[in-house]
Amino acid sequence: MFSFFSTDFVIFSATILAAVGSFYLAKGRVLKQAAFEGVKPHSLSQYYGLYVCIWVLVPAILLALIWLFAADPMLLNAAKARLVAAYPKLPDSFLDLKMAQLGNIAAGFLQSTDPVMVAQADLLRQAQASADRARNLTLALVMCTGFFYSVRRVSPELRARVLCEAFLRRVFFLAAVVAVLTTVGIVASLLFEAVRFFREISLIDFFFGTHWSPMTALRPGDTGVSDEDVAGSSGSFGMVPVMIGTLLVAVIAMAVALPIGLFSAIYTSEFASRRVRNVVKPTLEVLAGVPTVVYGFFAALTAAPFFRDVGLFVGLDVSSQSALAAGGVMGIMIIPFISSLSDDVITAVPQPLRDGAYGLGSTRGETIIRVILPAAFPGLVGACLLAVSRAVGETMIVVMAAGVAANMTINPLEAVTTVTVQIVMLLTGDNEFDSVKTLSAFALGITLFSITLLLNVAALSASRRLGQRYE
Amino acid sequence: MSDLKYAAQLDAETELRFQKIAIGLKKRRAASRRLKTYGVLAILTALSFLVILLTTIISNGYTALQQTELLVELSFPEAKLVASDGSLDLKKSQNFNWDGLVKKAFVSEFKEVKTRLDQRALTEIISKNAGYDLRRQIEKTGILPVGKTKVWIKTSDDVDMFMKGRIDRTIEERKRRLSDQQLDWVDDLVSFNRVRLVFNKTFFTAADSREPESSGVLGATVGSAMALFVTVLLALPLAVMAAVYLEYFAPPGRVTDFIEVNVNNLAAVPSIVFGLLGLAVFLGFFGMPRSAPLVGGMVLALMTLPTIIIATRASIRAVPTSIRDAALGLGASRMQAAIDHVLPIAAPGILTGTIIGIAQALGETAPLIMIGMVAFIVDVPATLTDPATALPVQIYIWSDSAERAFYERSSLAIMVLLTFLISMNISAVLLRRKFEKKW
Repeated sequence: MFSFFSTDFVIFSATILAAVGSFYLAKGRVLKQAAFEGVKPHSLSQYYGLYVCIWVLVPAILLALIWLFAADPMLLNAAKARLVAAYPKLPDSFLDLKMAQLGNIAAGFLQSTDPVMVAQADLLRQAQASADRARNLTLALVMCTGFFYSVRRVSPELRARVLCEAFLRRVFFLAAVVAVLTTVGIVASLLFEAVRFFREISLIDFFFGTHWSPMTALRPGDTGVSDEDVAGSSGSFGMVPVMIGTLLVAVIAMAVALPIGLFSAIYTSEFASRRVRNVVKPTLEVLAGVPTVVYGFFAALTAAPFFRDVGLFVGLDVSSQSALAAGGVMGIMIIPFISSLSDDVITAVPQPLRDGAYGLGSTRGETIIRVILPAAFPGLVGACLLAVSRAVGETMIVVMAAGVAANMTINPLEAVTTVTVQIVMLLTGDNEFDSVKTLSAFALGITLFSITLLLNVAALSASRRLGQRYE
Repeated sequence: MSDLKYAAQLDAETELRFQKIAIGLKKRRAASRRLKTYGVLAILTALSFLVILLTTIISNGYTALQQTELLVELSFPEAKLVASDGSLDLKKSQNFNWDGLVKKAFVSEFKEVKTRLDQRALTEIISKNAGYDLRRQIEKTGILPVGKTKVWIKTSDDVDMFMKGRIDRTIEERKRRLSDQQLDWVDDLVSFNRVRLVFNKTFFTAADSREPESSGVLGATVGSAMALFVTVLLALPLAVMAAVYLEYFAPPGRVTDFIEVNVNNLAAVPSIVFGLLGLAVFLGFFGMPRSAPLVGGMVLALMTLPTIIIATRASIRAVPTSIRDAALGLGASRMQAAIDHVLPIAAPGILTGTIIGIAQALGETAPLIMIGMVAFIVDVPATLTDPATALPVQIYIWSDSAERAFYERSSLAIMVLLTFLISMNISAVLLRRKFEKKW
């Protein structure tokens, strides 16, 4: 399906050549016409070239895309139907395997001794070949039609620039709409799968259940399962312990990051000289540039053993996947986030407020604590909320350093699990795509998305309030 | 008289008040200084975290730059390997038991080792892939050495770890991965000068492997490069077009506001959610191949799009309006002014923003795990649809492995990743400095 560009490289380059050729043809045509009629064309000559070029290329590209997503699956479906006819007794699970085999034989990656398969592969290959021919022909036809239609319209009176720019503006608009489409795609895909999940598990069980163990979820009818177990298993998808774990890790992270980040920001914005500030700020931001997988590595293989050893030393039982290690390291990651956001907020406090405080005889410290921080408070809250959103959505650190089992605890020395850990656990490995297990990951996903969205919106409105206060 | 007295009393009161103020001022200044100290301490703490992080990784990882090798003397059986014209017969080589050749040659050097169990323990000293490595080496040259030949072969990861001092011989035997006897053999080999540490070329020329000594980061690096190639190809044009639209063409109104809110919000969506999107839409709905750099690049493109849009808009805004006004005044259309006059000036800024966005994408792991780029893949990917991993995912996979040698290798892989990131960020800074204009 995606061999389109590599095998049909010739067609691809022919298309490009045709586009370039039509550009110069149209350009030459309009210049010749203008010279003949003794007038000036409405637009610069290249706009006529571009106009024809768009007519040649855009319908062809659209067609090729449609072909890519429509024709190939159709071919494969037909082949599948033939395969079912050839092997009437084949169970469904084998059919996909056979189909993959068939594709490989047809492409020449595999040799088969089974005459039926070879015949089927030949059929598929023939169908693919004729489909390719059909595609190439239609492409050529569409390009020719586009070319002749547009070239005939080329004349000095044609307002080519206006047409081209209107087209470009639409393309630019579509590019901007991609961001909206992404959001729509996220919400739609998550909701779609989550709704399928909530058909099996009730909303109340999911949001208020206190027992989470999707991997061992029991279903009525499983052998060796008593009715009691089944009754207990209905609470297997209760996300409360997962949520508590997420919050616990986030709280620990904030407990590390908030004081360090805030005090650093106060220092860099109010006390530090310009030179110190120019060195310290980028250095702190290096911490933000370190990939999260590196923090995860550090948390799992250095921080966690360290905390456990310290625990052994003072006689505490610290889990090797303690929330403390994951949260602490996550806190380090969030420090630059808080420090640079808070620094921006504090610097944005108007200078007259400081001057006024100094004029009344305040010391620097008093000015900061009594005047600047209260003034910057909404912005600081916004920064904090953004940081919490970061902590809740962070994945790699917790996947590598936090636990898998959902313990309902707020003891930072024990292993807890988080929403993101569960999503990764549920979706890696060989699960059926539409089992309740995998679907529950999407239910967690939409919960995570909603929480971070709320935090972001709250952060935005908080910092907006700061802006309004001093306008 | 009362005047004088009153003045004296006043003086005394003032004096007292001054004293009070002096004491209070001292306290207040101390409080101010304390606040400053807290700030310095906070910064020092944060920086020390950075130093600890980097030193831990470097001190764990630098040893993976070397690999232990072992000298083995062996003679190649010509009859089984050479074609009639005297050159190496590749077909015969394929069927030949290279592994047996290396193992036999190695075991035969220890005359005193007789029992099968001991011999097996002995062969655990050399790499499981030693035979395959030798075959590749011989096939590459195409010439079969005649007579007794000395070749250096890789040791197993356990011996490698021992030679680098990562296995403590003083701890109990059954808690170690090497037995006392194996350690004695290794000591013997060392005393005969038959063990050496050489530069670990495999690490930079191979893909993943079950054996730490045969694993490398090339496959993951190529996978990352492919994914990022797709990311740039998709995200950069889209972002520039979207930014130009939002800056110059978007009519003020609800639609534009909605787009802006979306762009800003997407920048703060957790990366794993993009992975879920890729899984449900690209893999589930469009049926694209799993584990492919193409899909990884598409997911990363959606993720970096807002970053690049925001950077592009900032650098477009940094271009003085006078330039656009001049173009418009001379009769250029709005589109011409934007494309021919503003964008070229904003280009360095856009490029800097793109590099920073791409650097972020390079370090991203979670979305790639979601779309299956977390598989065990032994080959270097050749096309965009081949199954592949990425550099950060490789780090994740290795750090999850039990072998001590993989721990060392994931540290080195982190160093490789950080090197890429640092050079990208430095080039962004340099670009900005070189082209930054003060208007």
